[in-house]
Amino acid sequence: MAKQYETVIGLEVHVELSTKTKIFCGCAATFGEEPNTHTCPVCTGMPGALPVLNKKVVEYAMKLGIAANCQINRYSRFDRKNYFYPDNPQNYQISQLYLPICHDGWLDIETASGNKKIRIHEMHMEEDAGKLIHDEWEDCSLVDYNRSGVPLIEIVSEPDMRTAEEVIAYLEKLKMICQYLGVSDCKLQEGSMRADVNLSVREVGSETMGTRTEMKNLNSFKAITHAIEGERARQIELLEEGRQVIQETRRWDDNKESSYSMRSKEDAKDYRYFPDPDLMPVVISEGWIEDIKKQQPEFAPEKAKRFQQEYGLPQYDASILTQSRRMADIFEETAGLCGQPKKVSNWMMGETMRILKEKGMDPEELSFTPSHLADLILALERKEINQQGAKQVFEQIMENDVEPISYMKEKGLMMVSDDGAISRAVEEVMAENPETVEDYRGGKEKVLGFLVGQVMKKMKGKADPGKVNALLREKL
Amino acid sequence: MEEILHMSALELGKSIREGKISVSEAAESCLEQIRRKEPDISAFLFVDEDGLKQRVKEVEEGIRQGRYTSPLAGVPVAVKDNICTRGMKTTCASRMLENFVPQYDAEAVKRLEEAGMIIVGKTNMDEFAMGSTSETSYFQTTKNPWNTKHVPGGSSGGSCAAVSAGEVWMALGSDTGGSIRQPASYCGVTGLKPTYGRVSRYGLIAYASSLDQIGPIGGNVKDCAAFYDVIAGKDEKDASSSPVPVETAVWKEKEDLTGVRIGIPREYLGEGTDPQVKQAIEKAAALMEEHGAFVEWFSLKMTEYVIPAYYIIACAEASSNLERFDGVKYGYRSADVQELHEMYKKSRQEGFGEEVKRRILLGSFVLSSGYYDAYYLKALKTKALIKHELDMAFQKYDCILAPASPSAAPELGTSLKDPLKMYLSDIDTVAVNLAGLPAICLPCGMDSQGLPIGMQLIGDCFQEKKILETAAVYEKLRGSFPVSWKEEM
Repeated sequence: MAKQYETVIGLEVHVELSTKTKIFCGCAATFGEEPNTHTCPVCTGMPGALPVLNKKVVEYAMKLGIAANCQINRYSRFDRKNYFYPDNPQNYQISQLYLPICHDGWLDIETASGNKKIRIHEMHMEEDAGKLIHDEWEDCSLVDYNRSGVPLIEIVSEPDMRTAEEVIAYLEKLKMICQYLGVSDCKLQEGSMRADVNLSVREVGSETMGTRTEMKNLNSFKAITHAIEGERARQIELLEEGRQVIQETRRWDDNKESSYSMRSKEDAKDYRYFPDPDLMPVVISEGWIEDIKKQQPEFAPEKAKRFQQEYGLPQYDASILTQSRRMADIFEETAGLCGQPKKVSNWMMGETMRILKEKGMDPEELSFTPSHLADLILALERKEINQQGAKQVFEQIMENDVEPISYMKEKGLMMVSDDGAISRAVEEVMAENPETVEDYRGGKEKVLGFLVGQVMKKMKGKADPGKVNALLREKL
Repeated sequence: MEEILHMSALELGKSIREGKISVSEAAESCLEQIRRKEPDISAFLFVDEDGLKQRVKEVEEGIRQGRYTSPLAGVPVAVKDNICTRGMKTTCASRMLENFVPQYDAEAVKRLEEAGMIIVGKTNMDEFAMGSTSETSYFQTTKNPWNTKHVPGGSSGGSCAAVSAGEVWMALGSDTGGSIRQPASYCGVTGLKPTYGRVSRYGLIAYASSLDQIGPIGGNVKDCAAFYDVIAGKDEKDASSSPVPVETAVWKEKEDLTGVRIGIPREYLGEGTDPQVKQAIEKAAALMEEHGAFVEWFSLKMTEYVIPAYYIIACAEASSNLERFDGVKYGYRSADVQELHEMYKKSRQEGFGEEVKRRILLGSFVLSSGYYDAYYLKALKTKALIKHELDMAFQKYDCILAPASPSAAPELGTSLKDPLKMYLSDIDTVAVNLAGLPAICLPCGMDSQGLPIGMQLIGDCFQEKKILETAAVYEKLRGSFPVSWKEEM
């Protein structure tokens, strides 16, 4: 019988923090600006420049650490990781090796096969490097230091995951927590969340760990899933052939859907880590931890429970709405304004999700004003607009955050509530269809539908069919 | 003109404020002396004659408008070439930074300019402040103004020689292991190494970050105190800068030293110390004792470990601090290289001098995996023990009296032949840096060759005022010290 293998996976996740400024200088930490416009002597490694720690970074790290059930080190320190590369202007990265800010935590994940606890080894603060751009046309390389010094938190898990599904669940959970805390937007594609996968295989039942590899350059959940499957297969094949897995760092090529070796352990660098003498130790008081704990937001599971109780939402709705803090916040504010939580939920889960999916957007990117959706729901309630028109208006709310009532008026989408106009239309239809009127009066009640349709057509759909119905019956 | 040159910096500042001397007269007499002395001394790497005219006008205007009220407003100064000056080359006396022009001013430079002081130029030094003679400079050899066959000391040799030769009233230096005090001693001038964290390191091109400190060099104690007042104090741009308020160094003059407890560490005057140096220190001690001080010999048993601890820590930090000089962003880039690693190697190989490379190698070695615990960590523990021993000493004494070097200035061309011997000559100064203490060095005698001998007064952390006061009383008791260039005038 063929041997059965188990995959053992641990993750190193880098999360780029959404602080206003960089970790060691006052430059803006924004994404996608003109190259080298957010730089200063500190983040370009000028001689004589000195780093000064951004306190917000410590705060964000504590928030994330507390949310992931970590111990917070009351005394932590920054170390220099020395290596030469042009994206790193000082040729050392300021990171934390010896005394990281958080350690020994865990996250609960949920997969089809049930709940599981993934332990977190440590979390530490560090700075990001710049970006190298290789200009093949000019045969030269350019460096953009805008990203140099952007704060990162690295979250190192224990090797507790066994499947790609668990890995994705862990990452989703981490992402949700970061977004709820507002510490990062965690976009894999844009690089604000990066995951390196440490993977080894061993025979089922074995207690010892196999030799692991580290996979880099994974820019999507799809890439992560494929890389895990590919690497598992590659390692099993080696073992089956009686060969050995080499401890090495591999790079995933998304286009080829395969990986190649970057460097093996033998030529692993000696980073000559030592405490950065330019930075003072980070001393965290009990009071500061208490303050952060008090400020921790309500996370998805508690929020979902409360949505069920407070708004009477079905469990399904509550769990979908709370997957994104932005979505949950919009739901809550809109429901508060219009008093119709289930209807709000339907709009969020139906149209909103449909449009997001269509545009490939993340719920965190929702930007419309809650009162606009509330007003639309109330207009529907008052029958000032029909369902079809409302969907049209909502697309505009999603797209341009339009104010629904004025938009409805401007585009002529308001329902006619003027009884006189409907009466006139009813009379006209009756005059134009004398035979049908006779049929009805003769007992053929089925023809009423046709007449209602005619009136609606005349009203260009902007009348309440119930009202048309009532008026027709009356006049007939 | 000569009269101006014989004034102290504070006297000059006063005359400028009172309108007796104009700022341009002061600057002109300074330039004249530079023209006279530089061919022999070579203290300056760069004299900013053109920029000076503009700056003189600006300061004259500022003093008239009351913008500059510092007692040193209008006084010309020199700046060691490892301290960044915006728009003015800052080379660290290295080929690596031969054409480097900083985009910003060091905080100390900013502060002295805000006080209305005038930068005349940049002074020579040991390359990246690594050396004890200023001979490791890529560009030139500075000579001792007392005898041009001798070294001025280092690494702030250019700054001390410039003050000693009367080329400038005051200068900024930096002190990582004695780089202000030892050359001050060799050149017969006064230099203060402040408490670590007292003067911002922002813009000081780092040698060893946990030990580096900028400080003033001048002709006497009071000038140094006034200059210290200008540059000291908390700076948000330097995380190691201390929030402890600066006690103003302007004090009520004391007549004697009653109540001042002075300790002399035996180990600093033992074997290896020139008997003439020992004599000069003992004479100074006797003079202070005579005028009310309590003087006692004591023991600093950790002294034999200060040199290894210092060189391990300093070189470890230096190996990392100097990584940024790689030919990518600024500084020297080797021509004709084909790929990245070749560019790194050649640029650093050609851009750095021998002593710098030696320390980078030493530092890289002690930090490498497998050696970190045995060397670097052990050195840090030793550093803590050295600090503890000195802390204990300050429970008994207000000041520690010690030489700044085991001998007066050696001859040119002798020290670099034996680097280990040169390292060992730092024995009197490095403990102060390891413990982060303030110390002042001022002249206390001459050796038989007519070369000055200096003494250090070391204080507890943030006790600058105490050592300055004590030094000022001693200076008065000692009487005026000769000037190296006076006879020639």
